[in-house]
This record gives sequence, structure tokens and C-alpha cells, in this order.
Amino acid sequence: MTIEQLEIQAIAVIVSAACAVPGVFLVLRRMAMMSDAISHAILPGIVVAFFVTHDLNSPLLILGAAVTGIFTVFLVESILRTRLLKEDAAIGLVFPILFSIGVVLIARFAGDVHLDTDAVLLGELAFAPFDRWVVFGTDVGPKALWMMSGILILNTVFIIAFYKELKLSTFDAGLAAALGFLPGVMHYVLMTLVSITAVGAFDAVGSILVVALMIGPPAAAYLLTDRLSLMIILSIVIGIVSALGGYWMAYLLDASIAGCMATAVGLVFTAVLLAAPDKGVVSVLRRRWRQQWTFAEKMLAIHLRHHEGLPEARRENRAAHLQEHLGWAPDFSERVVWFAERDGLLSRRGEYLILTDAGRELAAEAIVQN
Amino acid sequence: MIQSIEPSAHAIDVRDLTVAYRDKPVLWDIDLIVPKGVLMAVVGPNGAGKTTLLKAILGLVRPAAGEVLVYGEAYEKQRHLVAYVPQRGSVDWDFPTNVLDVVLMGLYGKIGWLRRPGSEERKLALDALEKVGMADYAGRQISQLSGGQQQRVFLARALVQDAELYFMDEPFQGVDATTERAIVALLRELRQRDKTVVVVHHDLQTVPEYFDSVLLLNVRRIAAGPVEDVFTEDNLRLTYGGRVGFLRDTRRSVEPVPDSRQETEPEDRSLRDIA
Repeated sequence: MTIEQLEIQAIAVIVSAACAVPGVFLVLRRMAMMSDAISHAILPGIVVAFFVTHDLNSPLLILGAAVTGIFTVFLVESILRTRLLKEDAAIGLVFPILFSIGVVLIARFAGDVHLDTDAVLLGELAFAPFDRWVVFGTDVGPKALWMMSGILILNTVFIIAFYKELKLSTFDAGLAAALGFLPGVMHYVLMTLVSITAVGAFDAVGSILVVALMIGPPAAAYLLTDRLSLMIILSIVIGIVSALGGYWMAYLLDASIAGCMATAVGLVFTAVLLAAPDKGVVSVLRRRWRQQWTFAEKMLAIHLRHHEGLPEARRENRAAHLQEHLGWAPDFSERVVWFAERDGLLSRRGEYLILTDAGRELAAEAIVQN
Repeated sequence: MIQSIEPSAHAIDVRDLTVAYRDKPVLWDIDLIVPKGVLMAVVGPNGAGKTTLLKAILGLVRPAAGEVLVYGEAYEKQRHLVAYVPQRGSVDWDFPTNVLDVVLMGLYGKIGWLRRPGSEERKLALDALEKVGMADYAGRQISQLSGGQQQRVFLARALVQDAELYFMDEPFQGVDATTERAIVALLRELRQRDKTVVVVHHDLQTVPEYFDSVLLLNVRRIAAGPVEDVFTEDNLRLTYGGRVGFLRDTRRSVEPVPDSRQETEPEDRSLRDIA
């Protein structure tokens, strides 16, 4: 591996970790689309700041982006307050307008610089190592690496310091307000962090893929755990795994690194959605399937117990009779009997079904429960 | 804490309170005094502004006019004396956290900014869970709770605040019999300890049994005071717009009205429907 490859991977890892941290709270606050809005709407802020500084790596760009990001949130909420539009419509209105202002500004005044719309949409991670930070004549590494590390530290420090306050204002904003924890201020601080993270990341991965990194890993982590702290850690881990996986996918396919990273996020999420131990699709289906059979076994046990020792048992407690009495299809009842026999609930004697002690107990329990 | 309260102050003093959404008043010129140590039900039809009244007192909605005092001071200065149980449906019960953690949130106000709850707070939270019969569920993920259990967790969260004044927004809404009994026992215990409790309540039948004081609200204040004085058929008719009568059943034999019994009995069903 060359130094450049290592540096690109380091940047990818830091970007995805920095995005995952505020992303957790966006997902839990059901504000995933707000990250989409912010990451697009900050463009005019970046462009205007660029006109002022003529330097794509000036910290002023971050400031410009943060201000526009907050302005976006403010605009969306102002529209919401009119109660004339719902949140999705408000977001759908605000960010394309701001984004397109940025696009027009670039096309009109900045056509000849690196700031082109492709770079804005997709970023170019492969070029990141070429833009280096030189301190007193010493090369200390790619600028993007330093900037994203700073943003990651900022996000992490904020979330550790205000963990309790963020949790409360996300779960129950009413109580947070009643206790004096200023959920409105927390909201805007969080949105500021989202804006800063988006502008930092957008140079590397572009404004579309920032959203994938902010929302995908937390959404996957949400399916894996019931604990907020663990959800944050898992989001970071999933983000990092997707970043590295995406990088090597791009290397093998000779494709856009950012595009492959976002694809990797999608693949990881799909895998988690299918295979998550408790909330995953497979485990839900398996549970439902198992419930169906255990319930059928219970019904069978109750039926047999109901008639056992009585004169009609000769007629009722036969495998063939189940179709008639319980309305089960022949192969279904055959399978239920097979399962019940395997589980030691009954034994066959010729065509008759005889409950074991365990089967009798199960039937008794089932009846008491209901 | 209690010494700091001016002895003559009421628990709540609401003066000329008006709350409006744009030009539509939700609460119109409310005057209300809640004396210390009462157990007050707030009743009224849907859209009467019951929840808004609680939120206005708690500073969660901005009034268009009027003033609210809690123990003689602005609410902001008295937060530590107040606990609030919002409607169960107001939060996301799929949030990744467990029962103990939700109860601990009640202590966040006392813990203050930046500091974390410690073992002492955990013990307080467990004690509160014990009181509502939920101690065995401390580690349970909140999405696995039934509606009644969710309500009891919310009550434990309010209890742990050890407040003087409790606000509860429809705690009896859609709960099982066990939870209803637990809430009633809790209300009685709070009254014994001379706490003040204000409860938004929907079931008119149980008002005289559970509460000693009542506010009848329908955008305006219809009546407020001790249940036996205020909870009358006339006032209820004013509150609910004349559509309902109120059956004076046997549980409420304070002032029997012999001749009204027969007339009002058939209407009892419609009352239940609305309540």
C-alpha cells in the first residue's frame, strides 16, 4: 500500500466516524431528511465564503456553511410554524432553492476553479492527499485529514459532554423544557454540528454521500441494539467498516471511492436489516414461523386432553380426525403431529394420539394462561 | 426547600391567562387558584384546552396574556418543586433505552448540566419503580412495555423528582385495572404527604372518588373548587354544552337529589361516550 492509499483510507475512516456521531441523533429524532437538506443547502454559504477568501480550504468556508445550515433549519421551521405545510414538504422546498442558488453562483462566477458541481455532489477523495498542510515548512499530512479529525473530536466531545441532555431532549423534549434543559438550543447546536460535519465531509465525499454516511450507519446500529451508548459506538464501527470496504471496492472496480463507500453503507445496512439478531427480517420471520407451530402444538395438546379418557376419544383423538375437528389441512395436521411427537408431547399408538405427561402439562398451562 | 415557600402562597395562581394559536383562543381569560395539598381533576371536552393549560403553567407554551405563579413565583424559579407526567403517547417508546434510564431522567433537573447520574440516583430511581410495582422491569427495554407499564414508568419518573406539585396529563388513559389501582394508590399517598396534584382526567364517573377538587374547563373556566360544591350537573352541562347529564350514582351520595335520578339515568351512557 502506498502512503496515498493509507491517507485516503484514514480520511475515509475519520469522515465516516465524524458523520455517524451526529447521525445517531438525526435518526432518533426522525430528522434524517434534515441532513439531506443541510448538506445541500450549505452550498451557497460555501460559495459566498469562497468568493471572499478565494481559498477552498479556508476555515471561513466552514463558518459560511454552518451559518447557511442553521439558516436552512430556521427556514424549514418557519414554514412549519405557519402550519400550512408539513415537514417533508418544507424540507423539499427549502433545500433545492438554496442549493440551486449555489449552483447558479458557481456556474456564473466560479466556472474556472476547482469548485465545480461534480465535486460538490460527489467529492473526490482520491485527490484529498494532494492538498497538504505545511506548518513551518514541514508537511504534516493532508488538510482534509486534519480538518475532519478536528470535526470528529468536536462532535465526540459535544456528545460525551451533553450526552444526558441530548438523550433527554431527543426522547422527551417536553420534560427537557420543563426541567430547564433548553431543548430548542440543543436542537440548534446539533444542527450546527451537522452543518459543520457536512461541509467538512463534502469536500471528501460530496453532498449526496454525506447523507449516506450520516444516516446509514446509525439506521443499521438502531436495528442491532437497544442501548443509546452502544448505538453510537456501533454506528461509528459500521461507518468505518463501510468506509474501508468501499475504498477497496473502488480499488478493485476502479470506480469512484465516495460512490463505493455509499454503496458499502447500503450493503451493510441491507445485511443488518436481514440478519439483525432480534429486529432483523430473518429473525422476525423465523419467530413468526415458530409461533405458528408452537401454537398449533398447543391447540393439539388441548384438543387431545379435552377428550382423553372419555368415550368419544376413540373418534376424536385420531390423527385423521384433526382435519375435521380443527379444520386443518391433512399435510398441516400431519406436520403438527410430527412436531408434537418430536417435542415429546404425544406418542402414536396406531392411529390414536396419546398425550405424554409433558403434553398434558402443556395443555393445562395453556388453558390456565388464557 | 419547603421553607423557601412563602407560607400564604397557593400552589398555583393563574391570572387572566389567555393562550391562542394565531387568532384562535385555546384558553380564554382563565383565573384559577389551586390551594396547597389538593388533588385536582381538570375535566372538559376534547379541545377544551386542558393540556394547553398544563403546558402554559409549565412554560411550554407562551401565553398571549396573563400570568402564572407557582408557589408565589414565576415557574422558572420553581422548577425544582414541580414534576410533570406528559401524555404517554407524546414520546417514542422505541427509543433505545431501558426503564431505569427513563426514571433517571426525572432526576436530571437535580443533577444539573453536564454531570451524570450516579449510584445514589440509581437507588432513588429503583425505589420509585418499587412504588409503582415496576422494580422487576428496571432493565427492560421500554418498547417491550404494555401501555399500563409505560404509564407507571412515567409516574415513577415523576415520583423520583420528589416534587411539591405534580402535573399529570391523562394518566388513566387506556391503562389496565392494575395500573389504575396503582395510580389511585399513588395519588392518595401524595395527598397524605400534603403534595399538590393536578390531573387531566377524562372519566367523569371517577372524579368524585379519586379527587377532592375539580376544574371544569371549556376554553373558559366554567367552575373550580371542591368536588362537592362544583361538580354539579348544571356545571357539567355548561362544560359539555348541554349534551350530557350526570348521574349521581351511589358512590357520590354527598348531596342526593332524589327527583333528578330518574331523569338523568338514561343519559348516563352518552356521558360515558363523551368521557
